[in-house]
Amino acid sequence: MTVQPPVSHSMESTLESVNRAEEMADKAAAQVGFDEDARGGISMAVREAMINAVMHGNGYSTDKHVSLTFDQAGGNLVITIKDEGPGLDPDAIPDPLAPENLMKQSGRGIFLIRAFMDEVKFRKLDPGTEITLIKRIPKQ
Amino acid sequence: MSMKASTRQVDGVTIVDLSGRITLGEGSVVLRDTIKDLLGKGNKKILLNLGDVSYIDSSGIGELVSAFTSVQRQGGELKLLNLTKKVHDLLQITKLYTVFDVKDDEATAVGAFSH
Repeated sequence: MTVQPPVSHSMESTLESVNRAEEMADKAAAQVGFDEDARGGISMAVREAMINAVMHGNGYSTDKHVSLTFDQAGGNLVITIKDEGPGLDPDAIPDPLAPENLMKQSGRGIFLIRAFMDEVKFRKLDPGTEITLIKRIPKQ
Repeated sequence: MSMKASTRQVDGVTIVDLSGRITLGEGSVVLRDTIKDLLGKGNKKILLNLGDVSYIDSSGIGELVSAFTSVQRQGGELKLLNLTKKVHDLLQITKLYTVFDVKDDEATAVGAFSH
């Protein structure tokens, strides 16, 4: 089973885009053969990355868009999300598992992305941030 | 599926039956407003029944944490009931499972509140 050649979507900075991206991620993961559990994790990771892009990156601005790309490369499902915001330093995000942060209302998004994907990469853009989510496709 | 919340009383405990998705946007707001309303009316023993909650994201987890601390700050108790596997696993990964008092039986959960 394969996903089509890289498919890119330009999306508005809205909650609706977050929900659509989550559904697209579930479909893409199903297409390449992930089971239900893995699909749940992948779609959640995409949801969290989209929330970061839409809310923290683009600030729900109607002038800014999010780019979402699905690709299959080297035995992996590769999902890339780009925003046009001020930029994110992933190393500056507090550890949500640290005792002083455990009961905070926010700050778990990137942690969850890393929990469900095999590899997560960040790249600073000008402007914005690109996050790449990679999950190894199980051998059939 | 939008979030729905309904409440009922059992032995002095307010049970909030939640269904749908607790996510950024409407779902989180419904939970937040429900807790605020209950605390405003003096209900301080709150049991969140999550048996029909199909999905929760990091914002939803944040609202659960916020609900817990809000109730605790007012001298009350908040417990969780009937976690689905998905929600259970998320609370485990985020190390919140041991923060909340989680039950899988309503009668036991109601009995666990201070009387």
